[in-house]
Amino acid sequence: MGSIQDEVDLLRRIPIFAQIDPNKLKLLALASERLTYADGQIVVQQGDAGDAAFVIIDGKAEVIIETPTGPTTVAHLQRNDIVGEIAILCDVPRTATIRAEGSLQVLKITKDRFVRMLNDFPSLGLGVMRVLADRLARTTAELSTVQRELEQARSG
Amino acid sequence: MAPVRPDDDAMEASLAKYIWRHTRSQQLWILSIVLLSMPTYFFALDLPKRIVNGPIQGEGFDTPDATLPYMGISLPDFLGGVTLFEGMDLGRFGALAYLSALFLLLVCVNGLFKFYINTYKGRLGERMLRRMRYELVDRVLRFPFAQFRKVKPSEVSTMIKDEVEPLGGFIGDAFVLPVFLGGQALTAMTFILVQSFWLGMIAFGIVMVQAFIIPRLRRQLIRLAKERQLTARQLSGRVGEIVEGVSAIRTNDTSNYERSDISARLGKIFAIRYEFYQRKFFIKFLNNFLAQVTPFLFYAVGGYFAIRGELDIGQLVAVIAAYKDLPAPIKDLINWDQQRVDVQVKYTQVTEQFGVEHMIRKEAQAPLLEAVPRLDGEISVSNISVIDESGAKLIESASFSAPIRSTVAVIGTVNSGAETFLEVLARLTPPTTGSVSIGGVNLATAPEPLTGRRIGYASPDGYLAQASLRDSVLYPLRHRPLTDAEPDPELSPALAQRFKLETRISGNLELDFRADWTDYEMAGASGPEEITAKLLSLLEHVALEQDIYDLGLRGVIDPDTLPGLREKILEGRVMLRDRLSDAGLSDYVEPFDPDAYNNQATVATNLFFGRRIGHVTGDDDPTSHPYMRTVLKETGLDEPLFRMGVEISRNINELFADVSPDDPLFEQFNFYSHEEIPTYQGAVLRFGDKPLEDVPADTQRMFLSLPFKYAEPRHRFGLLDDDLRDRIVRARSALRDGLPEDLRPTIEFYAPDTYAASASIEDNIIFGRIAMGVAEAPGKIRAMVLKVLEDLGLNDTIREAGLLYDVGTGGKRLTATQRQKIGLARALIKRPDLLIVNRALSGLDPKAQRRIVEKTLADAREHGFGVIWAPAQTAYAALFDLVVVFDAGKIVQTGTPDELKAEGGVYAQITG
Repeated sequence: MGSIQDEVDLLRRIPIFAQIDPNKLKLLALASERLTYADGQIVVQQGDAGDAAFVIIDGKAEVIIETPTGPTTVAHLQRNDIVGEIAILCDVPRTATIRAEGSLQVLKITKDRFVRMLNDFPSLGLGVMRVLADRLARTTAELSTVQRELEQARSG
Repeated sequence: MAPVRPDDDAMEASLAKYIWRHTRSQQLWILSIVLLSMPTYFFALDLPKRIVNGPIQGEGFDTPDATLPYMGISLPDFLGGVTLFEGMDLGRFGALAYLSALFLLLVCVNGLFKFYINTYKGRLGERMLRRMRYELVDRVLRFPFAQFRKVKPSEVSTMIKDEVEPLGGFIGDAFVLPVFLGGQALTAMTFILVQSFWLGMIAFGIVMVQAFIIPRLRRQLIRLAKERQLTARQLSGRVGEIVEGVSAIRTNDTSNYERSDISARLGKIFAIRYEFYQRKFFIKFLNNFLAQVTPFLFYAVGGYFAIRGELDIGQLVAVIAAYKDLPAPIKDLINWDQQRVDVQVKYTQVTEQFGVEHMIRKEAQAPLLEAVPRLDGEISVSNISVIDESGAKLIESASFSAPIRSTVAVIGTVNSGAETFLEVLARLTPPTTGSVSIGGVNLATAPEPLTGRRIGYASPDGYLAQASLRDSVLYPLRHRPLTDAEPDPELSPALAQRFKLETRISGNLELDFRADWTDYEMAGASGPEEITAKLLSLLEHVALEQDIYDLGLRGVIDPDTLPGLREKILEGRVMLRDRLSDAGLSDYVEPFDPDAYNNQATVATNLFFGRRIGHVTGDDDPTSHPYMRTVLKETGLDEPLFRMGVEISRNINELFADVSPDDPLFEQFNFYSHEEIPTYQGAVLRFGDKPLEDVPADTQRMFLSLPFKYAEPRHRFGLLDDDLRDRIVRARSALRDGLPEDLRPTIEFYAPDTYAASASIEDNIIFGRIAMGVAEAPGKIRAMVLKVLEDLGLNDTIREAGLLYDVGTGGKRLTATQRQKIGLARALIKRPDLLIVNRALSGLDPKAQRRIVEKTLADAREHGFGVIWAPAQTAYAALFDLVVVFDAGKIVQTGTPDELKAEGGVYAQITG
């Protein structure tokens, strides 16, 4: 059982939490469950309802997406990564499966807690927006790259 | 629906007639007792005069040692005037003693008369009340189905429970009181008249004024009483609606609308009651005034006559003494009249509510103690129409016939009439025209047992009364007592006999509720032993076996109800432990060990090493009992726990200060609420660093109670060290050994070789806490527990334990889906000849519905019973022998699924 201070330090290193007062982070850590997964265990199943986000405390996990041709690993997660926050913000089913690669420790932040934090601390909302906007910008850029390539491929 | 004869079943309109009809002989008996008591009463009035005039004033005693004869007994003149006892001669003192003693005797006799009369009247009233309540419930049971859409349950229960209550008090007095009081008043009046004509006339005049004016003033009161009753009843109806509709109130934020409604109603009730009291007290004032005016006249007029020597003083004293007794009976008589009118109002209002038309005949529900024949032959529906109260045609000229033992799907769009059709077949809705017979039994006239025992009916809103799951499913088997009841150990045989007699006198049903009513044979079981297996297989049929198993596993049951359970579970406890260590998973569960601190559990659990079951002191604070304080002090735990409490408080105050008060975190942490933070903050500042002995007792307790709820993995403040853990473990035996008598029932101590009766079967097997924070631990442990139970051959036992689960009021401790499944199981338990299922599985997912439909149809074909099913999914219609298609209240198609498929039409549209 790690001490609460470790978790607080960890949360502070995550961009969306960086601006938050340490006391609030301590509260968030206290309110959240710290879970240990063994190798190969499923943390989140694609298609399930999302009720929590996860912060990786220790270990690694892979992000897997079911495709018509079978499951494909699309990304790897490691310490300090946060995952699953989209599902708790907008009530969509999990868009991917997350599986532990080796022993994995996570902090499980429930939807209810996260929404409450957003209400109580507007600065957190700003942080989330920044991260999401960042991601959107990146996705848009990637999308236009893909489109350009697609067009080139067609015309070529 | 059974036929109706609206008139002969009506309730008696006049309360007096109703009472007279049922209590005639008793009323006459008590009347004669009252009359018998009159002479002694009169005599008791006369005595004071004789005492004052005779021995005291010396009338007739001419000399100090003169004597007069007393105690003579002779027959009245018309019987010949024979003297039976000569009597004795007594002097003044002797006479005084004799007459005073006689007075005392008469007081006793009068008292005894009153005692007997009152007891008798009370019993009479209670009997009638019992009869009336029984009759009202009897009528509710016979209400036509449509009536239940109009009445509010809480209003009906208020009427039966509260509104008839005053009738009971009145019934005993209905005839006796006017006679008794009238007699008393008449006696007193006659007495006064005999003493002095004019004084008598004065008293009479005032009484007449009272008797004339007061009832007139009271008419307003009656009107108000009526309104009061009505508004109160509506209030209770509204309160009932609030309770039942609470989810709509919460989800729509209409609680203040409800508050305002209640407030308006209470305001109205207040206004009515206030006016009522004003009038009532004015009448009281007038009454008292009139009563007081009379003695004034007696003193003035009587005194005048006495001074002039036309009235002797003894007479005047007697008149005044007699008058003292006059206003009371008169007043009571007026009160009685008031009460009479009042209860008549109540009675009329109640009977109006219960005098519903088209009630089911009494005979149709008469208890039938024999088994009923099986239904066989045809279902024949000829030309029925159903029109509801609003005049809408739900079914129009529908005719249908099929052998009972066939499987029929009745389908249609919503409100097409399909559901109503099934209600008609189940006798819930009587057809407005046309007739239905099932196996030659005409549904309009047949007694209910013929259909109620042979037809099973399931609907989606099946209501479950509060009982165990087992009893809920067995409920449809209870038509008649099948055994003699065991004698009630709490009643002596004589008393039991008397209660039985009372039941008959009150006109209640005499079948004994304590007998075994469950008809095991009907379910195909030979007796109580076999029925459990039947129940379990039936619950498997409706796909409830897993639920039952879970309920059994998590339910707290008395281990002695299931023989052998205790030992097996303890065996399982060891097995689980061994398997965990074989699998290398020992750290998934931290077992309860008498010699070790359990990190997953709270300090309280660790200190008690047991479960706290209820608390004697009424609050949840384990430190509130003086014994606990002593133990903490003696074991030296008070100082460290106090420090720990202060630390917890510091953490909470700091972390929670600006968390919103309704945040569930407060509940999760469970130490204290947001409002208490300032109090604790202040206390930490003032006493946080002081030695314990300088801290006031209240503050000590404030902080001492906190650590008891603390569990390291949950709260993670890092407040427990090995030393403190050790001391807590060592304090266990001290706490346990000296436990005072009053605390003993509140704690169940853990022991590795004992079954904890206050914990669930699952907890008893695990006997420890699953490690927090290991994601797979709960699932893995559960799987292992299940395996252990299976290997021990306990699966059936666990399911039996599940059958003991209490379903809660209205079955609310079950999910809606579970309730629907139970509903179908209930329809099947009596092995009906015809099973009617009215969209009863609407809450299940389509796959599960299909499985149950298929299984039921296979059973029906194998065992030869008929099925009429309105499936919630029309696609299943193809599984049945016959399909009836409803559209807009009419049967538009009938035939085998293949025929209809070929035909197309509405069938094709809705099964699409």
